Amino acid sequence: QVLLSRNYEKALEEIDENLIYWPRFIRHKCKQRFTKITQYLIRIRKLTLKRQRKLVPLSRKIERREKRREEKALVAAQLDNAIEKELLERLKQATYGDIYNFPIHAFDKALQQQDAESDSDVEKEEEEEEDADKREFVEADDSELSDFEDMDKLETSSEEEQEDKSSSEEEEKEREKKAARSKSKGKTPLKGPARKKRPYIEIEYEEETEPTAKTKTT
Amino acid sequence: QEKLASRKKRRKEREALGDQAPPKPVPKTIENQRVYDETTVDPNDEEVAFDESTDEFAPYFNRQTIPKILITTSDRPRGRTVRFCEQLSTVIPNSHVYYRRGLALKRIIPQCIARDFTDLIVINEDRKIPNGLVLSHLPDGPTAHFRMSSVRLRKEIKRKGKEPTEHVPEVILNNFTTRLGHSIGRMFASLFPHDPQFIGRQVATFHNQRDYIFFRFHRYIFKSEKKVGIQELGPRFTLKLRSLQKGTFDSKFGEYEWIHKRREMDTSRRKFHL
Repeated sequence: QVLLSRNYEKALEEIDENLIYWPRFIRHKCKQRFTKITQYLIRIRKLTLKRQRKLVPLSRKIERREKRREEKALVAAQLDNAIEKELLERLKQATYGDIYNFPIHAFDKALQQQDAESDSDVEKEEEEEEDADKREFVEADDSELSDFEDMDKLETSSEEEQEDKSSSEEEEKEREKKAARSKSKGKTPLKGPARKKRPYIEIEYEEETEPTAKTKTT
Repeated sequence: QEKLASRKKRRKEREALGDQAPPKPVPKTIENQRVYDETTVDPNDEEVAFDESTDEFAPYFNRQTIPKILITTSDRPRGRTVRFCEQLSTVIPNSHVYYRRGLALKRIIPQCIARDFTDLIVINEDRKIPNGLVLSHLPDGPTAHFRMSSVRLRKEIKRKGKEPTEHVPEVILNNFTTRLGHSIGRMFASLFPHDPQFIGRQVATFHNQRDYIFFRFHRYIFKSEKKVGIQELGPRFTLKLRSLQKGTFDSKFGEYEWIHKRREMDTSRRKFHL
């Protein structure tokens, strides 16, 4: 074996000298091989200087396992429900401020928890809030009240509510009224979904002054 | 055979008893049977609270820095990856996509820090689909490397919604219980500006379930006070944490806080780390 020199051109000459009696074709092929080798050596040296891509083998078994687990996790997660729950929680905890006028529910919960107020108070507060929020129910709600006094209060409160639309102020007013009212009226406790149906029934039984009440407020 | 017989017997007994039957036993789920992880964060843990107030996200949580994100890919991104990057940049406010034509990450990072970026996201690609995500908090913050799977672009999601607007979305982080999960959760939180604009009614969710983090982007609307409707817009993907490094991205010299060791950690079906 002959060690060729480092210099490319000299190495070519050395090939020629050493293989002097060999056919021309073979010498040519030899030099071609040499050229190829030097070129790829140069390329290797250049590449190692740059960043190299590291190949990470991906085991098929593990890949399949992960995929399956992911699917199961997705099913177990029930993302939509979780997101909805979280959003409702945030609504309840009033992180959204006063943008959304749904204070009814938080209010209800607070009332039920306290359990100190009379049921009629609950009704009236609900009614007032419904007045402010959903105009559709105005007529029905107005006629829910039983006494003149409460009617008067409702009138003033609904007027004020028409002026300011902030639910926080409504809540404050209702709280004040709650504190003011301590009399208990003999109304049966209402439940949530039954609430809206009840008024229709109660109108017939209790109020005599409804028509006048209606004209006052509407 | 015996199991069938016993089950039938039990059902008959329950029906016979009627109202007085004992309550149904709770079915066993993987979440119920989960091996208790020692590093589960207690909400009242003082040490954790102290740690969090002094770690690298403190400036974000004290509202001193506004997040500015740089999204980039690996070399030569293919069409899908490019589109995914664009969609991601619409989801995350104040983010910029830059293409990487062969630039070394090590050299990018000082430049990013100089230009005031807070976070860097690199989406790694394989066979024309994105499959890895490197998220690093820039001023010398932790670097998390995820494997990304099940990427759905916006047009592949079944919905009839519009594009996400420029409002700052809210962030929901679900189920990040352990210490590790907690730090990852805070990393995600630090991507978004601190004050969401509720007018936009958009919410980005990172939901962790059995070590898989699902990312979804929705628009919500409150139909009434117990019903909320959500409409999915924006891309979706799932991440699985592979490693967490203390400093910025450095594969050789970095100090790894957590690596997923396949042999040890994948043995039990009920043990999760996030």
